[in-house]
Amino acid sequence: MASFSTISELVSMAEENRSSISEIVLSCEVQKMQKSRQEIIEVMNQRLIVMKKSIEKGKKNYNYSVSKMVGMNSAKFDSFMRRNSILGKIVEKAICYALSVSEVNACMGLVVACPTAGSCGILPGAVLSVSEEMNVPDEKVVLSLFTAAGIGMVIGKNATLSGAVGGCQAECGSASAMAAAAVLELMEASPKQIGHAVALALKNYLGLVCDPVAGLVEVPCVKRNAFAAVHALVAAELALAGIESVIPPDEVILASYEIGRLMPKSLKETSEAGLAKTPTGKEIEAKMNNW
Amino acid sequence: MESVFDIIGPIMIGPSSSHTAGALKLASMARSILGETPNKVVTRLYGSFAKTYKGHGSDRAIAAGFLGFNTEDERIPNAIDIAAEMGVKIEFIPLNIPVDHPNTLEFEMIGKSGLKIVVQGISVGGGNIIVKKIDNYEVNLTGNYETLITCHKDHPGIIAKITQIISSKNINIAYMYVSRLEKGKDAMMTIETDDYITSDIYSTLLSSPDLNFVKVIHKT
Repeated sequence: MASFSTISELVSMAEENRSSISEIVLSCEVQKMQKSRQEIIEVMNQRLIVMKKSIEKGKKNYNYSVSKMVGMNSAKFDSFMRRNSILGKIVEKAICYALSVSEVNACMGLVVACPTAGSCGILPGAVLSVSEEMNVPDEKVVLSLFTAAGIGMVIGKNATLSGAVGGCQAECGSASAMAAAAVLELMEASPKQIGHAVALALKNYLGLVCDPVAGLVEVPCVKRNAFAAVHALVAAELALAGIESVIPPDEVILASYEIGRLMPKSLKETSEAGLAKTPTGKEIEAKMNNW
Repeated sequence: MESVFDIIGPIMIGPSSSHTAGALKLASMARSILGETPNKVVTRLYGSFAKTYKGHGSDRAIAAGFLGFNTEDERIPNAIDIAAEMGVKIEFIPLNIPVDHPNTLEFEMIGKSGLKIVVQGISVGGGNIIVKKIDNYEVNLTGNYETLITCHKDHPGIIAKITQIISSKNINIAYMYVSRLEKGKDAMMTIETDDYITSDIYSTLLSSPDLNFVKVIHKT
């Protein structure tokens, strides 16, 4: 049975078969789950539909979170970008969509964890901004999510996708690498370029800590999703231009795991240091505890 | 990671896979172990659950789990009110006591029939859970398999008898766990299987004089 456990295996399997990374990931899933190709694509399509719905929901003055720390910013950004802005359409949409999905998540709405709920805005933000502006049909967008999944599986296997284990690099870093890979799939880049984009995206988020205020998936998480979606686009565009990562993707993944293990526990989702323990962070936490 | 849908997924009500989806799944497993909708539940929240349960909506997710909602149900944010309307009383007690796992929950349930069971479990990330204790017995249940729970008198041959009944139906055991409080007294066994546990197995075990508790939890 075909399987992969590293990015280099994924890239060479795609090269040998003269196919895309998404095809490799999809056919491995078909074999593993003993379901038809069409059935598996349909399950992924359901996830794409939920992603789109959460974008729409978030843009419409959705709500504030229970703590009132986050909410309404995607709507604010949506109306801002219609008037004036300094960035191009794709980047603006990526910001807006990532904020939307992430706010819907913080407000107890329906989302697709990808790979986690805390990082759920990054992949839809990057992928759907590009697919809309480049007129990529949905059938291709669905396939690109398999590419993202394949990258996430490798990171999960050789490092971690949990903020409690590896800090935010494991969640938003991984999501960003997955998103960069999916965007390149939409752009019909080579498997090798996808590998480099993964390395570039993850490398730049190495060491990112998880220090959320009051222990909630809100500050800095929601806005970080917007940054990370753009970050994924930068990695994708660098790789598309033929720029390579000196350190290969699999080595970057192992480095991220090592860094995660070395990171103090206080900065891994425990809210015992960093932003969580700033004067304002502590004030918000005290307010939440006295509800 | 077994599937692409562990990475792109689950589809869930936010904000946290461990504190919202995981909390719901633990409550829903506890409800299945009780075997009925509870009348009353005292929920003890430990570790990070104690600190963050309100902001993560863990309380609403737990109520949703006891009502039998799944992690995608858009009624989750209103589940506490729905539970109250349905006469399910759920109390939440955050406790600042050291525990082995940072995300631990304990449910003390009383069913409509009067049955009382205490279930303790942990949320291990990504919406995955492990039930660690049923009453005072140690167990290890993920809810990812067909599950059989039995309570029997601790004497020779019982375990063989139970597994014999299961194997006679060509059902493969994936994981098995036996624990007891004291030698010669009651013991609890949990069995996770690859194949569907049929109702005839349940009724055969239920009629056995050696067993004082039999529960089947189907994989969802």
